[in-house]
Amino acid sequence: MSELTRAEVAHVAKLARLRLSDDELDLFTVQLAKILDHAADMQSLDLADVVATAHPYGLINVVRDDVVRPSLERDEVLAMAPDAEDGRFAVPRIMGEAP
Amino acid sequence: MNATTIAEGVRRGELSARTLAEESLRSIRARNDELNVFLHVDESGAMAAAERVDDTVSRGLDPGRLAGVPIALKDNLCQVGVPTTCSSKILEGWRPPYSATVVDRLLEAGAVPMGKTNLDEFAMGSSTETSAFGPTRNPLDPTRVPGGSSGGSAAAVAAAMTPLALGSDTGGSIRQPAALCGIVGVKPTYGLVSRYGLIAFASSLDQIGPFATNVADAALLLEVIAGHDPMDSTSLPEPAPDLVAHLDDGVAGRRVGLVRELIDGADDEIVESVQRAADVLRAAGATIVELSIPELHLGLSAYYLIAPAEASSNLARYDGVRYGLRVDADDVTAMNEVTRTAGFGAEVKRRIMLGTYALSAGYYDAYYGQALKVRTQMIDAFRRAYRQVDLLVGATTPSVAFTFGSKTNDPMAMYLSDVFTIPTNLAGEAALSVPFGRGEANLPIGVQLLGPGRSEAQLFAAARVLEAVERGS
Repeated sequence: MSELTRAEVAHVAKLARLRLSDDELDLFTVQLAKILDHAADMQSLDLADVVATAHPYGLINVVRDDVVRPSLERDEVLAMAPDAEDGRFAVPRIMGEAP
Repeated sequence: MNATTIAEGVRRGELSARTLAEESLRSIRARNDELNVFLHVDESGAMAAAERVDDTVSRGLDPGRLAGVPIALKDNLCQVGVPTTCSSKILEGWRPPYSATVVDRLLEAGAVPMGKTNLDEFAMGSSTETSAFGPTRNPLDPTRVPGGSSGGSAAAVAAAMTPLALGSDTGGSIRQPAALCGIVGVKPTYGLVSRYGLIAFASSLDQIGPFATNVADAALLLEVIAGHDPMDSTSLPEPAPDLVAHLDDGVAGRRVGLVRELIDGADDEIVESVQRAADVLRAAGATIVELSIPELHLGLSAYYLIAPAEASSNLARYDGVRYGLRVDADDVTAMNEVTRTAGFGAEVKRRIMLGTYALSAGYYDAYYGQALKVRTQMIDAFRRAYRQVDLLVGATTPSVAFTFGSKTNDPMAMYLSDVFTIPTNLAGEAALSVPFGRGEANLPIGVQLLGPGRSEAQLFAAARVLEAVERGS
């Protein structure tokens, strides 16, 4: 079995901005370990000389001319946001108490 | 009536797009409560699109190659103003401010989008059972899954609600449900169809493709949606290929590889169908070469690290700020956490966790890095095979449609549903599933044809050979 621990799963949940219940932590620890175990067939391969492929045809930068083009209407976009104010997205406070 | 016949009739003024849309709506209403195929039926949008087509015909203008053809859209494709959920509570109620390039091309070609179909949440699943809005039932046997993730789109075509549908295929999500529902499903070459407006799951693997009742309709639909799009930086540079013109090219003189790894572990009845398909291709003039491509066995492991890694990054955007669900909390980080925790279902959380782990410090090289190298080996292995043969043949799925709940408690068992389809996505190549034979309980079997990038015309021609025999029997 993979050596994935419950504490590691809890840490990953924090990185992923998810709050898992105790039951979910237990379940995911078992399930993720099982999936990682399946990946053990890759771990045993010596691929030191193989180049990694992140994209089937190799990503190259695609650029366009730097000219102004129509974009989405701000009001239409903000109308779909959970909260908006003064033409901007609004969120709860991001730091301590406001001065 | 098939899509090709409908479009010809509408273009000649012999059929009314409005009447066809009304018939489609009746078919949808008749079975949607039972099957849960459509999450949203866009009745007013469909009628307006149909009337525009009829109006174009009455003015003597060409309404397009898909004139009046009703089509279903997987609910991860954006259509301006039409609710788009990805079958997730985190996007419930969202209406996109823009349309996917494929949707614009459909409308330009005179097609009539009828609404949005159910899928596994964010296309993560092989049965539609992870949808936040309940599973779709297989129209051929409602006690069984339609496959997934594009299960709603496959079911729409199989239930004759629409003659055509679009899905997306990241690891088999078009071909697998097509096989389980007894229809044709195509995963085009990566980059052939623009992904602009397809809500991202795993960007280096995702590709939009057609569902149809027959090979010719699938080729016609792919021709309409393919071709370069400046809005997708991974779009291939060339215009759409000629596919319909090559439908009757046959397979004479072609070399076709029967791949051991693409039938290993499949049920006997599936293996028999694949072998019978090889016999039919041989009888039609192809040379069958038995091949082994051992690297294909590594596909599942590589995929279930690469796809979750990309997904964990793509789904970081659902943070309660710009669209979709927000659950209130005192500060922004807490708001992000409670929103994501409430908005995502178990399978999406599992894959985000897996991907985040595979990308995290200390594990990146061992998991994600190693998977990317295996991906290179997969591409090289396919290239070697395609130096020996033109196309490959194998199974689409290990079994016919399975029953609800039979794989939901064991993620690895569900993931194995995609073992034969995943390698094509990793390599960025093309493949399709065509109905060929019947198995347990008279359920359909899909045979998979695979080819190198840009081989769609050859794949359709070979699928036509199988289809002709299947229909004749």
